[in-house]
Amino acid sequence: MEKLNIIIPIKQVPETSNVKMDEKTGTMIREGVESIVNPLDLYAIEVGIQLKEEHGGKVIVISMGPPSAEKALREAISMGCDDGILVTGKEFKGSDTWATSFVLSKSIKNIGNYDLILTGERATDGDTGQVGPGIGSFLDIPLATYVSKIVKINDKSIIVERLVENGYETLKMPLPALLTVVKEISFPRLPTLRGKQKARKTEIPIWSADNMKLDESKLGLKGSPTRVVKISHPKVTRSGTIVKPTDEESLLTATNQLIRFLQKKN
Amino acid sequence: MSSRDVWTIAEQSQGKIREVSYEILTRGRKLANKLGVELASILLGYNISDDKLNEFIYRGADKVYVVDDSALENFIVENYSNILVDLVKKYKPEIIIAGATTSGRTLMPHVAVRVNAGLTADCTDLDIEKDTNNLLQTRPAIGGNILATIKTPNSRPQMATVRVKSTRPAPVNKSRVGKIIKVKLKSELIDGRVERIGFRKTEEGAADIQDADIIVSGGRGLKKKENFVLIWQLAKNLSGVVGASRDVVDRGWISYPHQVGLSGKTVSPKLYIAIGISGSIQHLAGIKTSDIIVAINNDPDAQIFKISDFGVVGDLFEVVPLLNERLAEEAQ
Repeated sequence: MEKLNIIIPIKQVPETSNVKMDEKTGTMIREGVESIVNPLDLYAIEVGIQLKEEHGGKVIVISMGPPSAEKALREAISMGCDDGILVTGKEFKGSDTWATSFVLSKSIKNIGNYDLILTGERATDGDTGQVGPGIGSFLDIPLATYVSKIVKINDKSIIVERLVENGYETLKMPLPALLTVVKEISFPRLPTLRGKQKARKTEIPIWSADNMKLDESKLGLKGSPTRVVKISHPKVTRSGTIVKPTDEESLLTATNQLIRFLQKKN
Repeated sequence: MSSRDVWTIAEQSQGKIREVSYEILTRGRKLANKLGVELASILLGYNISDDKLNEFIYRGADKVYVVDDSALENFIVENYSNILVDLVKKYKPEIIIAGATTSGRTLMPHVAVRVNAGLTADCTDLDIEKDTNNLLQTRPAIGGNILATIKTPNSRPQMATVRVKSTRPAPVNKSRVGKIIKVKLKSELIDGRVERIGFRKTEEGAADIQDADIIVSGGRGLKKKENFVLIWQLAKNLSGVVGASRDVVDRGWISYPHQVGLSGKTVSPKLYIAIGISGSIQHLAGIKTSDIIVAINNDPDAQIFKISDFGVVGDLFEVVPLLNERLAEEAQ
């Protein structure tokens, strides 16, 4: 078959374990927090690299974010992706999923020739899962979400399995197509030393609204239909009953207590 | 025509209505009452009986728009999106709500892009803002560490997906009346590019952990794969389904559809039992909105106890077999 051109939009996210928020603006304080490639994007990256290894072709990673997102692109390249493109600029700040999907779809059109777009299921910070389907919708190409397996791919079409609530459904669609993938699809590799060297040397072009000639009214906060109006920190703890059985007798008591608790609640 | 109604997107599978369809009616009813508008349920499918359509009315809808055609038997996002966009342009709803299911979370962003609408994912609360009548959408984000309230001030419709199991369906009230509107499928709305060519059910017991009322989950504390049988037994005794931590899925003790947490599924069951799970932030984020959380773990400092309603600090290999024994006795 012909070589595959694969584009993978990725997101740089903060380590979810230590996130701080700006109470006034309701946005994340990114400074001082370690940034990583969205863990769920790694599955898409791995699938992309595997497809390239098997069929030949090229994998381009693209990210919209602050200038520091360049690091995420280099990490993807060190795993085996060929090129990275950074879409960055003040004009993109405050983008919601609509505006993000818009810009990424325009950037992908700008790249031009592609057979497959792969994304993670969602990002672990925003947790929406809306950008992948949004890009597919803007580009008007076939979309399969929650893809757990690529069954078959040839020049013209792809067959995938997607994980839904009660099982796996098999879909067949023509290329180009967009797939959002779940963890089950692959086991992400670690960057190699050679990959890291290549990543350091790769030049990463910076794309802005200007050089893509984008309509400014559709970008950033201006182009985003949604607004965050309030951020609150939910109370996480529950003051539950904790029992600590120490011997056989107290174990039996604890078990009976638990059963009574369950009966009362049901 | 500008109806300004509240819409909920129903889901069906082989003519059977999924429960989330009624859950979101409960949400929609509250909003429609506050706005003083009508509540409509939108159903795309095939071979839907009139009884099933009437049930939407009995559970809170004022209208049901139904498009019934063999081409709509299965969810294909391109087809469903075309039809929904067509209906939105014609009837101009104020609000559209869908379940945060695999199809809801696929269809809604696809449509939102095409109708220039704001969309908020996986909400756990919806309300109407006083004075402006904007929809206030509250959702957990950043691994459940924050709750963000979001609105769409300037564009319509306002769209949201709502976490499954985060509300209960209203009871059937047969005295309620409403209109069933049968919409004929326009053939040009069938996209035809994507074909569904097969389906296989998930292994037994993974039976949709997001739809379950009771989930019994096992973690690394089980020590080895074979010991998962304790979890299966307990799930069976409680008529629940089996979940798992990321750790044990990565070890191959159980398959991915069972995984609960940030890289698995977010669940809101009536009862969540965590066994041998210490409670990583990723896991806790996936279970926080459960009604009741029970934990069994031998480490008194395990994070899981902080969000538990009932905790047993003890050896799961002693507690769980005894629990199974006692539950089996109770059942007789």
